Amino acid sequence: MKEEVVIGLEIHIQLMTKAKIFCQCSTDYIGKEPNTNTCPVCLGLPGSLPVLNKKVLEFAVRTSVALNCKINQVSRFHRKNYFYPDLPKAYQISQYDTPLGINGYMEISLPERKEKRKIRITRVHIEEDAGKLVHEGDITSSSYSLADYNRCGIPLAEIVTEPDFRSPEEAQIFLVKLRSIVQHLGVCDGNMEEGSMRCDANVSLRDAKTSALGIKVEIKNVNSFKAVKKALQFEVHRQKKLLAEGEKIIQETRHWDESKNITISMRSKEEAHDYRYFPEPDLLPLRVSQEIIEEIRKKLPELPEARRKRFIKDYKIPEYDAEILTSSKALGDYYEKSASSYYNRKVLSNWIMGELIRYLNEEKIGIEDSPVSPEKLVGMLKLMDEGVISGKMAKGIFEKMCKTGKDASQIVKESGITQITDEEELFKVIDKVIKENLKSVDDFNQGKEKALNYLVGQVMRYTKGRAKPDFVFEAIKQRIKK
Amino acid sequence: MTLNQLTAHEVVNLIKKKKITAYEVMQDIFNQIDKVDNLIKAFLVINREEALKQAKEIDVKVKNGEELPPLAGVAVAIKDIIATQGTETTCGSKILKGFIPPYNATVINRLKEAGAIIIGKTNMDEFAMGSSTENSAFGPTHNPWDLERVPGGSSGGSAAAVAANETFVALGTDTGGSVRQPASLCGMVGLKPTYGRVSRYGLIAYASSLDQAGPITKDVVDCALVMNAISGHDNMDSTSLNLEVPDYLKSCKAGIKDLKIGVPKEYFIKGIDLEVKDALNRALKMFEKLGARVEEVSLPHTEYSLPTYYLIATAEASSNLARYDGVQYGYRAEECKDLSSMYRKTRSEGFGSEVNRRIMLGTYALSSGYYDAYYLKAQKVRTLIKEDFDKAFSKYDILVTPVSPTPAFKLNEKVSDPLTMYLSDIYTIPINLAGIPAISINCGYSKSNLPIGLQIIGKHFSEETILRAAFNFEQNNDVGKRKPSIKPAKHKEAAE
Repeated sequence: MKEEVVIGLEIHIQLMTKAKIFCQCSTDYIGKEPNTNTCPVCLGLPGSLPVLNKKVLEFAVRTSVALNCKINQVSRFHRKNYFYPDLPKAYQISQYDTPLGINGYMEISLPERKEKRKIRITRVHIEEDAGKLVHEGDITSSSYSLADYNRCGIPLAEIVTEPDFRSPEEAQIFLVKLRSIVQHLGVCDGNMEEGSMRCDANVSLRDAKTSALGIKVEIKNVNSFKAVKKALQFEVHRQKKLLAEGEKIIQETRHWDESKNITISMRSKEEAHDYRYFPEPDLLPLRVSQEIIEEIRKKLPELPEARRKRFIKDYKIPEYDAEILTSSKALGDYYEKSASSYYNRKVLSNWIMGELIRYLNEEKIGIEDSPVSPEKLVGMLKLMDEGVISGKMAKGIFEKMCKTGKDASQIVKESGITQITDEEELFKVIDKVIKENLKSVDDFNQGKEKALNYLVGQVMRYTKGRAKPDFVFEAIKQRIKK
Repeated sequence: MTLNQLTAHEVVNLIKKKKITAYEVMQDIFNQIDKVDNLIKAFLVINREEALKQAKEIDVKVKNGEELPPLAGVAVAIKDIIATQGTETTCGSKILKGFIPPYNATVINRLKEAGAIIIGKTNMDEFAMGSSTENSAFGPTHNPWDLERVPGGSSGGSAAAVAANETFVALGTDTGGSVRQPASLCGMVGLKPTYGRVSRYGLIAYASSLDQAGPITKDVVDCALVMNAISGHDNMDSTSLNLEVPDYLKSCKAGIKDLKIGVPKEYFIKGIDLEVKDALNRALKMFEKLGARVEEVSLPHTEYSLPTYYLIATAEASSNLARYDGVQYGYRAEECKDLSSMYRKTRSEGFGSEVNRRIMLGTYALSSGYYDAYYLKAQKVRTLIKEDFDKAFSKYDILVTPVSPTPAFKLNEKVSDPLTMYLSDIYTIPINLAGIPAISINCGYSKSNLPIGLQIIGKHFSEETILRAAFNFEQNNDVGKRKPSIKPAKHKEAAE
């Protein structure tokens, strides 16, 4: 049997409202002293009641509209009941049978096959985040757990897709684009490592011929874009191997273990929770009028798709560049800021996508914290255009800029590594090189073009790379040509 | 007559007129508590020092000629299900023993703003589940009219405290009759406001879609005064309605000529005590004498009220009470080998049997595969019950019924038989399901000198109308206003 991979995603994004979803506590909880960012409401103390932060609704509508969802004008909250020490009320206020947004979609482009795919969005709903348990060592060896409720009540939007992905790569592409969308919407910073965007996945295999659905396995704890791909690849492989060995796949929830690069069984279907959902009696039904939806739609900021098209049109850069540069809001902003003061947009995108991103990835720095600001990058490129430095020198200078945060001209001044612009000085070196390499001059005149490159190289060597290679090339050619 | 026997409005007037001081009133209240509470056992916590201090502050205001708030110097006892900042709040349960809320319920803040003085917390059926106050983890409360009998429940401590003159006013909460039934069994006035009239913030939830806090007082005027203080929208409670609050004191004083009264025929069930029935009929005659018109009306879905209530209330309770897990506060069982045994032991040991029974019932009603047959169906029947009332109120201004099928029953009489116990709320439960207001006032006494209550039901946000009907009835009630004697039982005296 030939199997087809079937993957669906459930993504939680933390909405960046100022206050929590049902109380006035701040959403700025990371790094705070445990249990200081709390109040009776988010601690679920007896007698406290939730009151919806209207901003959360606005952010969730914005997200739903951007994902082409139909908005339920009346939706409601449900209680999802389960016991766990990080959930102080022992129920999560969530949405169940009438979520805020339904039946949406998002288009993704698959670069290798040059194909566009529509991924259907099943629903977008609002819910509250839980706290965190802290253990000495890890959860298996620690003899106690400590609960930190600072995160309780952080607003979340849960985005559920249909099982429309046919490979782990597609799922990853979707996630990257989704992150960029929510960043552009200003509703979430999309930081998977810090947990402001979290992803669970359903994976199954089905018979490619009959389309008979396979048994679904849920994967939890995938906390980076890389992990998404790796975890899904592992799981697909695991299931294929089981089937090949004539084994059965069981319906279960599996946990992605990042350190071991495997998925581990958490619980089977029999152990699955009965969440006993019922309408939350402490909150009124959620009403969003058509006017409000339209107003939010009208005020939607430019989304990555439109921005990508604008980049291609306005900056005349290739589609590939535009796709990468709009893959995160901050990257797009960086590009636009530099492009506003530099004419050669393609050179700019090469530098950003090449040297800059390579450095930032290696150092695990976000573009927003780049030591080389758009102004400094442009400053360096201008020095290049003016011939003060060569392209080759620029790479070294850029590296120094990254490490020191200084601007290019300062580095040039300090190290004296400017390009030799004095032609007389250059001619002296050129003449010297010609005199010392008469054999190469002969070779060139006998048709060996490569010999000229050797001579240019020698000049560069004498000048420690400070000569302008194309100038040297032309000058030598003029002098030795018969 | 001693000061503690006065009503709240009498006390406020006397303090204003400088005839008495708030301090001496408060001292007299505590004298009475010292004298009788060992027999009544209405209180779980008493705030003596703080209350006396606040009374002195009122007297300073009087001395300085400052204007006094409407409940200045009035002692108020609070059912122990309402959160009081800095004062232990247990819901009558072992599982919350030692829990001290860091915040006040909105009703507490409003009472304080109105000048009331919180004197203590009163006993109750654990988490308001019960009709006799026998389900308290801290022992039962006794009815001041007959110490061998229950005060009703679940706000039995509050009702008994008012009846025994240990306080002028008490707050109770009413999910299925828990203010009205004990008020009736103790001969006091008790009002369950419209759902959404009084903030639930800080009222520890039993069944969120039914719970309302309400006053238990000695007369209707006091009830109106307290309603003036506690009613109105609260930003902290999304289900509290943003609707203007009328002056209830003013509105209750108009007449009731031509008031149309419906009497639901379904409420005269088998099992209704003959004395209760007679008292009700006398009351209806009185209403006619005052110019009202009385007719029979039908509420056809009445018989489904009890099962509907016991599905919805228990379902919500199973979720509301899930937070008592031993993690954050309250009781935690010792020697638990892992998380699930901690949950199981803590909850089995911390909750009493009635609470455990209702949690299990509610958990079952919400379970996957049973939800539609139980919880969802109950919600549909609830709508039908509401529609019965809507229909009745299209023709009548108020409905008049008994509060409880019998006067106060004996301690231990119904403890072992929960179903019979549930029947004692049969007249009050439909009102919570419909979300409408109802008031319970005394309409006579049984031959053995036990108070009998009358329930006046109004449509949504018609507290004015039911208070007016109750006030008019009270002013003309020909059976007279008796006081309980609070006598220890004879054989007990002999034993002592």
